[in-house]
Amino acid sequence: MDQFLQILINGIQLGSVYVLIALGYTMVYGVLRLINFAHSDVFMVGSFVGFYACGWLKVTAQKTVFAGLVQLLPVLLIAMAACVLLGLVIERFAYRPLRRAPRLTALITAIGVSLFIEGAAQLPFVFGVNPKFYPEILPSGPDSTIQAGGITISKHQLVMVVVSAILVAVLWYIVQKTKMGKAMRAVSHDFDAAGLMGIPTDNVIAFTFSIGAALAAAGGVLFGGLTFKSLLPLMGVQMGLKAFVAAVVGGIGSIPGAMLGGLLMGISESFIKGAPHIKFGATDFDPSRWTDAVAFLILILVLLIRPAGLLGKNTPEKV
Amino acid sequence: MNNTVRVGWMSALAVATLVSIGVGGCKAPKDGGTTGETSTKATQNLDVKAIKVGEYSSMTGETATFGQESDAGIQYALAEINAAGGIEVAGKKYPVTVELQDDQSKPEEAKTVAVKFASDADIVAVLGEVASSRSKTAAPEYQRAGIPMISPSSTNPDVTKVGDYIFRVCFIDPFQGYIMAKFAKDELKLSNVAVLRDPSQDYSVGLADAFIKEFTAMGGKIATDVSYKASDSDFRSQLGQVKTTNADGVFIPGYYGEVGTIARQAREIGIKAPLMGGDGWDSSELVKGAGGPGGALEGAYFSTHYSASETSKRVQDFVAAYKKAKGKEPAALVAQGYDAMMILADAIKRAGSFERAKVRQALAETKDYDAVTGRITLDENRNANKSGVVVQIKGDKFVYTKTIEPKN
Repeated sequence: MDQFLQILINGIQLGSVYVLIALGYTMVYGVLRLINFAHSDVFMVGSFVGFYACGWLKVTAQKTVFAGLVQLLPVLLIAMAACVLLGLVIERFAYRPLRRAPRLTALITAIGVSLFIEGAAQLPFVFGVNPKFYPEILPSGPDSTIQAGGITISKHQLVMVVVSAILVAVLWYIVQKTKMGKAMRAVSHDFDAAGLMGIPTDNVIAFTFSIGAALAAAGGVLFGGLTFKSLLPLMGVQMGLKAFVAAVVGGIGSIPGAMLGGLLMGISESFIKGAPHIKFGATDFDPSRWTDAVAFLILILVLLIRPAGLLGKNTPEKV
Repeated sequence: MNNTVRVGWMSALAVATLVSIGVGGCKAPKDGGTTGETSTKATQNLDVKAIKVGEYSSMTGETATFGQESDAGIQYALAEINAAGGIEVAGKKYPVTVELQDDQSKPEEAKTVAVKFASDADIVAVLGEVASSRSKTAAPEYQRAGIPMISPSSTNPDVTKVGDYIFRVCFIDPFQGYIMAKFAKDELKLSNVAVLRDPSQDYSVGLADAFIKEFTAMGGKIATDVSYKASDSDFRSQLGQVKTTNADGVFIPGYYGEVGTIARQAREIGIKAPLMGGDGWDSSELVKGAGGPGGALEGAYFSTHYSASETSKRVQDFVAAYKKAKGKEPAALVAQGYDAMMILADAIKRAGSFERAKVRQALAETKDYDAVTGRITLDENRNANKSGVVVQIKGDKFVYTKTIEPKN
């Protein structure tokens, strides 16, 4: 039972990063019907900007979690601001000229933008290809964990989940309670009609891109700073793929769907990794080698049973 | 067509595209088995003023410090050779030039470089690669062209099985597994060890298997054997499994890029057992990833080829000379790169020719060469038969702990 809860907690933490990235995919799809492949690279850029911000702000190891959080906040804000800018630039120069072009053109452009960012990031005077490590933002080590029964929760995990939850709550407020959110919902409901009603669709789309980019950047900082993972220019590929699958599983275009999908992917991945070996006589089957396969299996099953995703809307197109 | 179907289609297409972009690069090559193919050997230009050596190395990318350190050793050896006027061949001294190509830590790039080198008629021999996966991908090209290749530090046994032109100047994983198993059993008195491996790396799989085989043969027990992916961010689920087995040691045959992350998460969830690894840990970046000196890897052990704090005269002379020239201690890969270049120079000299086939023959006959990383004899499988060392991480230093001799 302890083991079960432990894996569940790990899965929620992992899923929280997927949620942050998946939201960007799903919102852009919602307003533009475009799969923004460059989104995973915005995540990568966010992580790197956070890393450099740690250097500028002279982040050092702190004794208490509170002092660590005080350091984390500006890092998070700098990375988010930088990525909002990046998201706006991508939208303005890559996607806006193609607003009336066939959908496939935009899709291919998105792949091109993604490859461009990945390639540029590997240049020695941009980020370079050597792995980089965040300094200690929060205090780490055995003292920074909370023991509850047989379960160990690290404060890093806790901060990650809580910060993600706060960001998602802010997003929910923006989408549901503000005028801009209302405009976003209108555009995603019917792009042309929204324009006819006087909604500035271009501004709404730019706003959607910047929110998505900000969330991805936050995900990047939390990922880099709190999982101790090395940063590489291609780190977005793996995370972006999983998050995209999460968005599709949840129902692309649906915000609650992205959250559900992200958590589902995180938890299922965690359970596969943590599963004990299965022995059939002499053959020894190690489930932890099958994490990616299971992720795609879930995707295939969901697409077969509910092609629009778990929470996706099944709206027939009128001809 | 209705929207539902279109969403499904678009998503499927998108996933397929992403998968092909993301995964395409990591597919294992299916080459090899070109042993004995002599008909396609490339022609060599023997009318040259200098001896040209090719070097392919991971100067950038995931294991960049490996490539850079290895290259530093090769360059240091090159300077030493050329300072003495070059290599004497048939009564005349020829200077040596090295052409370096970066493979960005990617197997497919290593292959591209190999194709390029194979068509270069001036190249006498090739030095590289550090990582086993990349050596294995490139080796068939050199074998086909009949160019001797010397890997300074690829330890997976399959590398030299590609053919009779492929050599290495380091020990192989079955022996490395034995080193750590013996050290764990005899010195650390461990009896129940957990293994964490990366199934996508030839090196990791080979070393994990070797360790398990040797450790169980010595009467030890393997608590559990779990897998991870280097690109993962969260290893806590696998580590949770390790923790429940109460293992008294954890063996992680990975590379320095991910080991620090794993170690930090292991300490965080309360695994206090000693951590052990192989030569994939041997990088100045290792401790940085584990949270700096005194961090999660403090006190951990790993097996490697050489330690700058060894007491033998050969090592201390080399360390002193290198330090004087470069201002820092040579890492293990520096010493290995140096040895690879020196052994090649020795072979060319003994061959009395820079004809590739003769150099190959001389390399195969290398016996009791007094290298920095030990006394090297190349055996019938073109592997170096030599001792290995175990070092302990203290602060940001790797402190020499014990030398383990070959089994026979």
